[in-house]
Amino acid sequence: MSWISLHRRLERHTGLLIFGILVVSSIGGMVQLLPVVSEGAHAEPAAGLAPYTALELEGRDIYIRESCSTCHTQQVRPLLGEVRRYGPYSRSEEFVYDRPFLWGSKRTGPDLQRVGGHFSDEWHRLHLTDPRSVVPQSIMPAYPWLATHPADRHGSIQARMRALAKLGHPYTAEDIAGAPAALAGHTELDAVIAYLQSLGRTRTAGEAT
Amino acid sequence: MHYEDRLVTAFTGAAVAWALLGMLAGVYVAAELVWPTIDFGLPGLSFGRLRTLHTTLVLFGFGVSALIGTAFYSVQRTSHVRLFAPTLGWAIFLAWQLAIVLGGASILAGWNAGKEYAELEWPFDIAIALAWVSFGVVFFGTVATRKVESIYISNWFYGALIIVVAMLHVVNSLELPVSLGKSYSLFAGAQDAVVQWWYGHNAVGFLLTGGFLGMLYYFLPKQAEQPIWSYRLSIVAFWAFVYTYIWAGPHHLHYHAVPEWVQSLGMAMSLILLAPSWATMVNGIMTVSGAAQKLKTDPALKFIVLALAFYGLATFEGPMLAIKSVNVFSHFTEWTIGHVHSGALGWNALITFGTFYFLVPRLAGAPLFSARLANAHFWLALAGVMLYVLSMWGAGISQGVLWLSLDNLGEVRYSFNEVMAAMRPYYLLRFFGGLLFLAGACLMAWNLMRTFAGRSTVLARPPAMAAGVPA
Repeated sequence: MSWISLHRRLERHTGLLIFGILVVSSIGGMVQLLPVVSEGAHAEPAAGLAPYTALELEGRDIYIRESCSTCHTQQVRPLLGEVRRYGPYSRSEEFVYDRPFLWGSKRTGPDLQRVGGHFSDEWHRLHLTDPRSVVPQSIMPAYPWLATHPADRHGSIQARMRALAKLGHPYTAEDIAGAPAALAGHTELDAVIAYLQSLGRTRTAGEAT
Repeated sequence: MHYEDRLVTAFTGAAVAWALLGMLAGVYVAAELVWPTIDFGLPGLSFGRLRTLHTTLVLFGFGVSALIGTAFYSVQRTSHVRLFAPTLGWAIFLAWQLAIVLGGASILAGWNAGKEYAELEWPFDIAIALAWVSFGVVFFGTVATRKVESIYISNWFYGALIIVVAMLHVVNSLELPVSLGKSYSLFAGAQDAVVQWWYGHNAVGFLLTGGFLGMLYYFLPKQAEQPIWSYRLSIVAFWAFVYTYIWAGPHHLHYHAVPEWVQSLGMAMSLILLAPSWATMVNGIMTVSGAAQKLKTDPALKFIVLALAFYGLATFEGPMLAIKSVNVFSHFTEWTIGHVHSGALGWNALITFGTFYFLVPRLAGAPLFSARLANAHFWLALAGVMLYVLSMWGAGISQGVLWLSLDNLGEVRYSFNEVMAAMRPYYLLRFFGGLLFLAGACLMAWNLMRTFAGRSTVLARPPAMAAGVPA
């Protein structure tokens, strides 16, 4: 009966109950998160992995805006069926410049982590503007507005790159200074295509799976 | 001094309104997967934005409004005291509803932090954190000023909801703002994934499970007019639940680019989680078993008991899906969507509906407008959720098997597009399931509005005061 009477004390003291819940609920999180997050502070990027260029970064932020990761994953699991279909399985060092991560949780459409280079820019242009013109059975939405919006409509590309540089992405002063010029004349559609073509660029099908 | 029940009425009304809007958005995105051109090329109707709006409205509009409203109703009655700082309570109501309205609009406009179930950008993250801390002040303030010796068990669960969700929200929302509508996560890549699913899974755990168990522990015994079957079981189940749930998040990252030990630990703890989950279910079912007669005639109790059955189903299915060898097939498929909805529709929505059928007549001081309509709602809801879950099981298992199927040469047997095209009949069935469920919710909204029509909230008093005894 002793644990019951011990618990009675907890039930009669609001502060004790709050403290108890706080302690008991934080143990699991601390054991799992602290080692992983502290390891992340000195995570090494994959060999040859550079941060996204200004145009790719703009494309990635549009990908986030349109919630593309609701239907497209960016995570190839180390399973034969997946490696055969999509390419080499995903490794953590490939994602060190991904804020936030865009692995997704649902494949309504195919995985995109290795999509870079699989299709031509022109194919992507048609597909994003009118998906059913190139894939008749597709259920993807059309994104006609991407072609009419100029890239970096809000003129924030330098602020975004500076923020990422603050978080440790190795952008140089020239990268940031040249960003508006790199985006000039491009549409949002160009930016999304540049981002999609950049995906999976650090590893090729020839590498170990 | 009367209970501050007008605030409960306000939260209940808001919850019903968000339920209808959020489910309507859900039915619309379900239709878009069958007829992809019905977004008419408009950004605000585009699948990605509208699906994000759907989850935001049902989780934070409907779910949280229902939880805060019922927490305020039950904490006053289990403490025999008026709500602590009622003005702050009203400020929470206004702030929360405003955050959902503006936040919903911001998602349609393309503001998106990019993390699942935490898509609202940083200004909303700050507003939510402030409102949540205020919720804690009002709730725990009421508990601390109670006139009853012990803190009733429903309040432990509501308390765990407040504390743990605050912790999850703050850590997962750590981000560097760039402009009003754009920020970057402080965590990157695999680290961000582990933090996100610690948040994502435990938002399910402490909001959709723990919070609604608080609702169950107050409204089930009230409606069944039976005491909770086992006090000891409820203590053990509560602490085991609070301890274990937090560990289960990494089962969302099986075979992903995160450390193997994190995945295995997440799987083991997910399996252990079945024990406290079902302990609570057994406690609930044994409590109801004393009132089996009432089950035939009382629509509110029927909803609550059916919700308990779906709770049992979803908390069994969850640990099964967390087993790595099962997860190989279920991961990334519609099975996940089916699992979420057997919990969200079958458990969360049904227990809330049952609670509202109990609550609104008491707030209005009048009998329910129509028990027949409530019964019709019951069958529509059951048919809708079954159609939804069964179609998603069919779709999910098909995807899981077909995607990984290899031919004799070791090459993939089916193209992605073939498998995707085969999903159409399942998507159509799911759309109808969602439509039935929404139709039932519309009946409820009408029924509750007619129950309340022309009345104002009954101003009930704490028992000691009502009897004229000084507290």
